Amino acid sequence: MAEQHDVTPEVAQELGGFLEQRREQIAQRWADAALFRTVFTVSRDEAVEACKAVVDALADVACSGRLEDIHAPGFDTVREQLSRMAATRAQAGFSPSQVAGEVAGLRQPAAALLQAEFDDPRAEHAHACALALTVLLGTLRLVVMETTVNSGEALIARQREQLLEVATPVIKLWENIVAVPLIGTLDSARSQVVMESLLEAIVHERARYAILDITGVPTVDSLVAQHLMKTVAAARLMGAHCIVSGIRPAIAQTIVHLGIDLGTITTRAGLADALAYALGQQGIVVSPSPAAGAIPR
Amino acid sequence: MHAPLAPTTHLPIGSDADLAWVRQQVRKTATDLGFGLIQQTKLVTATSELARNTLVHGGGGHVEVTPLRAGHVCGLRLSFVDAGPGIRDLDLAMTDGYTSGGGLGLGLSGAKRLVQELIVDSCPGRGTTVTVTDWASGLPAPRTGTR
Ligand SMILES: Nc1ncnc2c1ncn2[C@@H]1O[C@H](COP(=O)(O)OP(=O)(O)OP(=O)(O)O)[C@@H](O)[C@H]1O
Ligand SMILES: [Mg+2]
Repeated sequence: MAEQHDVTPEVAQELGGFLEQRREQIAQRWADAALFRTVFTVSRDEAVEACKAVVDALADVACSGRLEDIHAPGFDTVREQLSRMAATRAQAGFSPSQVAGEVAGLRQPAAALLQAEFDDPRAEHAHACALALTVLLGTLRLVVMETTVNSGEALIARQREQLLEVATPVIKLWENIVAVPLIGTLDSARSQVVMESLLEAIVHERARYAILDITGVPTVDSLVAQHLMKTVAAARLMGAHCIVSGIRPAIAQTIVHLGIDLGTITTRAGLADALAYALGQQGIVVSPSPAAGAIPR
Repeated sequence: MHAPLAPTTHLPIGSDADLAWVRQQVRKTATDLGFGLIQQTKLVTATSELARNTLVHGGGGHVEVTPLRAGHVCGLRLSFVDAGPGIRDLDLAMTDGYTSGGGLGLGLSGAKRLVQELIVDSCPGRGTTVTVTDWASGLPAPRTGTR
C-alpha cells in the first residue's frame, strides 16, 4: 500500500475525472463563496464562469498527476485570475492569511460532492480520493499565496516609483528660473529622476537658471556629489546655469574633508540667496526688505 | 581595553535600501552616544562610503556596530565586512582619485579623513574588513529642537 501522503497516479486520474464531470455543480457551490462573489460582481453567472475556470485548471493538474506542484502548467490558465482575486480581497482589507483561509474554504463543498460519488464513503478508496482533493486544494492555496506575494512586491515597486515622482517637483520661481528642492536619500534611481525632470523643466520653461536645493538631503557623500556634478554639467549643456543651495555647515565641512572639489559649481547658503543671485545675473536687483526697526519713509 | 558599552548589532548590506538603513542606524547610535552634529555628519558620511564599497566592490556583506566606552568617553566602532575580491594594492586604493570603477575614488581615502581611526584588513580573494573607530569629543551634542 502506498504511504499516506502519496497519491497514486490512478487516484489522481480519478480525481481529475470527477472534477471534469462535476464542474458545473462545484462551480455553482463555489460561486457563493466570498472569494468569488465579492470579486466577480457583474452577475452571478460571471462568478460561476470564474469558478469553472478554476475547476478546469484543477482537473487538468490532477490528470497530469502533479498534485503538489505549484508550477504545474495546468494552473497557468488561472494564475492571472487568481492574482486578480487575491488583489481584490487584499484591497478590501483582507490579510494574505485570511485570503488563504478563504481558498481553504473551497475544499468542503467539493469534498461533499466527492463523497456522494461513493457507495461506501468510508472505504479506503474513497479516503484516498478525498486525500488527493485535499492535497490539490492545498496546492491551489499556495498558488494563490504566491500571487499575493508577487502582487505585494509589485505594489511596493509601484509605490516606490510614484514616490520618486512626488519627491522631485520642479518649481518655476521666476521667468527663466526653476528650482528643485531635494529631500531625502539621493540614491542613483532618484538622482536619475531628478536630472531628467530638471532637464525637462529647463526646456519647457526655457530656464536659464536652475537651483538645486539640498537642505533636505541628510548625507552628501562622494556618490551624491558626483550626481550633483553630473546634473550641473548636463544642465550646462542645455544652456542653463546651476546653483546649488542649502549646504549646511556640517555638510560643507564634510565635503571638504572628503576631498570633493565643488569649485566649479556656484553655491549659495540658502534658496533665497540663490534666487537673488539668479535674478541679479539677469539684471533684476532685489532690494532687501526693510529691516525691523528701520525708519519708515 | 575599550569595554563594549552595549552588544554589537549586525546590519546587512545588500541593497541601496540597506545603505539608507545603515546610515540611519549609525546616525541614531552616534546621537545617543553624545556625538556632536559635525562629528555625527562626518561619521555617517564615512559610513555611507564604506558601506557602499562593501556593496559595490565587495558584492555585499554586513556592518557590525559596537558602542564603546573608555572612562567617561563614549565611542563607536563600525566594521564593514565582505567576502569579496579583496584589495590587492592597498596604497593605491587609499590614493585620492584612484577608482577601479567609475567613482570619484574618494570614498576610502575620504572616509579616513572623516574619522579618528580607519583600519583596512583585506586578503585578496577572501574579502575585506574596514574598521573605523570614533570617540565622541568632549563637547555635548547640541539639543535638537531648541535654539
Ligand atoms: N570592500 C572592497 N572590496 C574590494 N575592493 C575595494 C573595496 N573597497 C574599496 N575597494 C577598491 O578601492 C578602490 C577605491 O575605493 P574608493 O571608495 O576610494 O573609490 P570608489 O569606490 O571607486 O569611488 P567613490 O569615490 O565613488 O567611492 C575602489 O575602486 C576598489 O577598487
Ligand atoms: Mg567607494
